[in-house]
Amino acid sequence: MADTVSPPDGLLQRLLAGQTIALAKSITAVENDTPQAAELLAGIQPHLGRALVVGFTGPPGAGKSTLVNALIVELRRRERSVGVVAVDPSSPLTGGAILGDRIRMSEHTRDPGVFVRSLAARGHLGGLSPMAARVIDVMDAAGRDVVIVETVGAGQSEVEIAEIADIRVVICAPGLGDDVQAIKAGILEIADILVVNKADLPLAERTVSQLKGMLSLREAGMAEVPVLSTTATNGEGVIALADAVETRAGTLSGGAVGPEERAARALRRVRRLLADAAAQRVRRLIREDSGVNVDDLCTQVQRGELGVNVAAAQLLQRLKEPE
Amino acid sequence: MTAPARVLVTKIGFDGHDRGSRIVAAYLRDAGMEVVYTGPWQETADVVALATQEDVDVIGISSLATDHLLLPDLMSALRDNGLGHVQVVVGGIVPDQDVQDLRSAGVAAIFHPGSTREQIVDEIARLAEEARAAA
Ligand SMILES: Nc1nc2c(ncn2[C@@H]2O[C@H](COP(=O)(O)OP(=O)(O)OP(=O)(O)O)[C@@H](O)[C@H]2O)c(=O)[nH]1
Ligand SMILES: [Mg+2]
Repeated sequence: MADTVSPPDGLLQRLLAGQTIALAKSITAVENDTPQAAELLAGIQPHLGRALVVGFTGPPGAGKSTLVNALIVELRRRERSVGVVAVDPSSPLTGGAILGDRIRMSEHTRDPGVFVRSLAARGHLGGLSPMAARVIDVMDAAGRDVVIVETVGAGQSEVEIAEIADIRVVICAPGLGDDVQAIKAGILEIADILVVNKADLPLAERTVSQLKGMLSLREAGMAEVPVLSTTATNGEGVIALADAVETRAGTLSGGAVGPEERAARALRRVRRLLADAAAQRVRRLIREDSGVNVDDLCTQVQRGELGVNVAAAQLLQRLKEPE
Repeated sequence: MTAPARVLVTKIGFDGHDRGSRIVAAYLRDAGMEVVYTGPWQETADVVALATQEDVDVIGISSLATDHLLLPDLMSALRDNGLGHVQVVVGGIVPDQDVQDLRSAGVAAIFHPGSTREQIVDEIARLAEEARAAA
């Protein structure tokens, strides 16, 4: 690995040493894509893959933040250090946001073993998912054992963020009306663990059996997805959730992540990062109509003369051999 | 820098009414800022930890009754923890005789009842820029 030049104030070294302020400043740097960010990101690469990244996603109000809070209690009991990336939507009009997830996590505010960072979803060049991936990497580099990412499971970008995670937990709650519907619409496919939160509410059992019914329709041979019930407000079911997460991670309580798994995780994340960055480039080239001419392809697709997949393949070919 | 200002809106002390801080949080969001909202009853050490983790530019404290008397303590705690650049503003009822004390403790602005949305938003936007420059 080539030597990397460290930022002037030694931010990289302080980040790698796990210093809280350095972690906060590094996140800001990558979030705002400051000049320091590129060096920082290069510098942390050899140190990535140690953290277990757990995505928490589900409909608004399902109790994600409250459940994250309860899970942190259990993870701290197991002596894991924790980082949380809590993503909230921004106003599409003003770009502003109210980031309120950490209200539910206030019991951990002063615990140095817990670092919570709130992120606004929109207004990030290149999209949310690459940016969130970098923030996760920074937390990994700072030595957080577990990094939890909370997103509202509504749109495509949230699904993408969930894909960054090593383990995806999808949360729903009874009585949210169309919550099971929302889960059907795409996030069920990505779930490693399904949680019905608010198990204290009357219709919880029905939601559990609905979900189990939906899971039984999945193709044979896919990994089994446990369906758990929790009551985040009193911690019921949270030990089972922590167990499920750690079992899925292949790291039973007390066990450490082996070097192969660590390298594999890091590579998986770099692969996604690369895919995002490449897709971003291609998208820009096509949208801005610069570098490669796509007018004829568009016309042909529009006239029904060419299938969109064939056109896309031809487009990629043109990118390979610039005119 | 084009990144939105980050503001922590919180309440210290014993008073739990957070209507004022909710309204201000919405003002700031509508002005394009990112507002980390925490709710009432934060202690000095909580505010320091929150501001550190969230790397905010401005802390807005809503104060009722005698809550503002905790501010000089907060100001020195922020300085001691490497957050001297963060600007602190207070909204609420601050008696005239305490204003000077808060000012000399380093509180950047005090919004009394009757402050307009524009005053609050403009001042916080300006202070956020100042904080960024000093960070
Ligand atoms: N009855 C009951 N209420 C719960 C439970 N878990 C959370 N809640 C309540 O549900 C509401 C929403 O909880 P949050 O944790 O903020 O939900 P969220 O999914 O993070 O919400 P968003 O981030 O806004 O999408 C709060 O009032 C919680 O107190 C539970 O297990 N049982
Ligand atoms: Mg939440």
